[in-house]
Amino acid sequence: MPEGWLDFEEPLVEVINRIQELGAIGAKDEVARLRDQAARLKKKLYANLTPWQRVQLARHPRRPHALDYLERITTDFTELHGDRAFGDDPAIVAGPCLIEDHRFIVIGQEKGRDTRERVRRNFGSPHPEGYRKALRLARMAERFGLPVLTLVDTAGAYPGIGAEERGQAEAIARNLREFAVLETPVIVVVTGEGGSGGALAIAVGDRVLMQENAVYSVISPEGCASILWRDNARAPDAARALRMTAPDLLEFGVIDELVPEPAGGAHQDWDEAAALLKRAVLKAWRRLAKLPCGELVANRINRLRGIGAYQA
Amino acid sequence: MSDSSGPLTKAQTPDGQWLRCDGCGEILYRKTLESNFFVCTRCGHHFRIPPDRYIAILLDDGRLDELDPELASADPLRFPKYSDKLKSAREATGKTDGFSYGRATIGGTPVVFGIMDFRFIGGSMGSVVGDKVARAARLAREERRPLVLISTSGGARMYEGIYSLMQMAKTSAELGLLRQARVPFISVPVDPCTAGVMASYASLGDVIISEPGALLGFAGARVIEGTIGEKLPEGFQRAEFMLKHGQVDKVVPRRDLKEVLARLLALLWPGEENDGPRPA
Repeated sequence: MPEGWLDFEEPLVEVINRIQELGAIGAKDEVARLRDQAARLKKKLYANLTPWQRVQLARHPRRPHALDYLERITTDFTELHGDRAFGDDPAIVAGPCLIEDHRFIVIGQEKGRDTRERVRRNFGSPHPEGYRKALRLARMAERFGLPVLTLVDTAGAYPGIGAEERGQAEAIARNLREFAVLETPVIVVVTGEGGSGGALAIAVGDRVLMQENAVYSVISPEGCASILWRDNARAPDAARALRMTAPDLLEFGVIDELVPEPAGGAHQDWDEAAALLKRAVLKAWRRLAKLPCGELVANRINRLRGIGAYQA
Repeated sequence: MSDSSGPLTKAQTPDGQWLRCDGCGEILYRKTLESNFFVCTRCGHHFRIPPDRYIAILLDDGRLDELDPELASADPLRFPKYSDKLKSAREATGKTDGFSYGRATIGGTPVVFGIMDFRFIGGSMGSVVGDKVARAARLAREERRPLVLISTSGGARMYEGIYSLMQMAKTSAELGLLRQARVPFISVPVDPCTAGVMASYASLGDVIISEPGALLGFAGARVIEGTIGEKLPEGFQRAEFMLKHGQVDKVVPRRDLKEVLARLLALLWPGEENDGPRPA
């Protein structure tokens, strides 16, 4: 497979390569025929994705990340840095911006694109200082009357020595508590991987949206398979058991809305994916803008109280 | 476990009268251990003990007026192996799930007290545990009683999928309201307390107290070693390590735990008619 494509996308990649080859020699009719074929293939390949295929799409190396979206949906994004206590965490990007003419503070997990960036951003796995920066900016949003938009995309909070020493658990816990009572609207979009507590730490909000092929789970399918069957290779079975896809979470009432992606997934067309994301965010904002902050907080907490399954 | 109120240890002799210390290997007579709060008389190792023991040690007259004991887990995802796990945990503990709470007093101060049972699927937090922690926080706020929670857990209950993750947010949100109401919360994470429980309500105490040697943290040691590719230093994530790094307030031997709790409660919460400065 060429780099950046998944196994099950192979037939499509073949057609796309053919289109490029024939396009180069000017075989117009044949190119048009192949384009139709590619469209039909996309429809077929992506219409009935298994949970594990969705996990792969959510982690797709070509999938747009927070900065790719911010570049397309915001203007005047001004990145701010640091938690004012220990350092700055490049795994979380944050700052004020405009979306159309609405002010927002955006907070996003950023995995990085090329190898150097990925290493610099720790593959999007934040340290405590990242979560503390996020909270610092959320509080700033509250003070100055800006709504918050978070973009969630992480395999999880980083498990390392420094992270433990600096209180990874406390940093996540504090965000859960403070975002729950934050007196400004919070819109959350899970855009890729919603990796457990590390995702949830910026995902408590008033409207929780999820892109069609994003996933969100208490544990990675690999981790779950290893606990259940002592076999990482059974991750596809675990992905199914965990019910971690966007349609599942919509059914459970954990999220409010699916954000559609271009045919074949967000990685096929970043501009289109961003346009669809922007439309969903503005729609959510129109709903929330009318509500007084006290009511927002009460609704936000009531919604959390309602999530659970037990027999009385 | 043959005796549900005994200490939690792997090396129990068949007659249960002699126990091997996990810390130093010493064989200890049960009665001696019991009168020493299940702390090894030789090395000071704190045995893991079940909720009944903590209730007897910490609460006035050993009395907890338990609420909602009947709340039981469902299996919302029909998850592989979950119903069997629930069944054997219920048999082992005689409880419907892994958390009990209610009204109690500690050194005369009325509190809402809650405690986790590590024997119930590793003290994992699913919908029932999450909801009861949230209810305990809510009761504490409504009745303006300090909240004291003893936690020991491997984290969120994987078998309930996203429902268990959301309990982290639910419990923390309720503690946000308790904090706004200025009612104290003393969190007592004991061995072991990690992952989703430590990354939510158990880290949100106004005061956090643990016991000597308790394992506390976010990620499990194996996960960290697998990620960074090196062995972890001795004592990593133990309560003393957390104290050194500013993550807990105190590490208190079990025999002193009640006295310290009682003193802190009296200092932070002398009752509504105290003569201190009042918030605006």
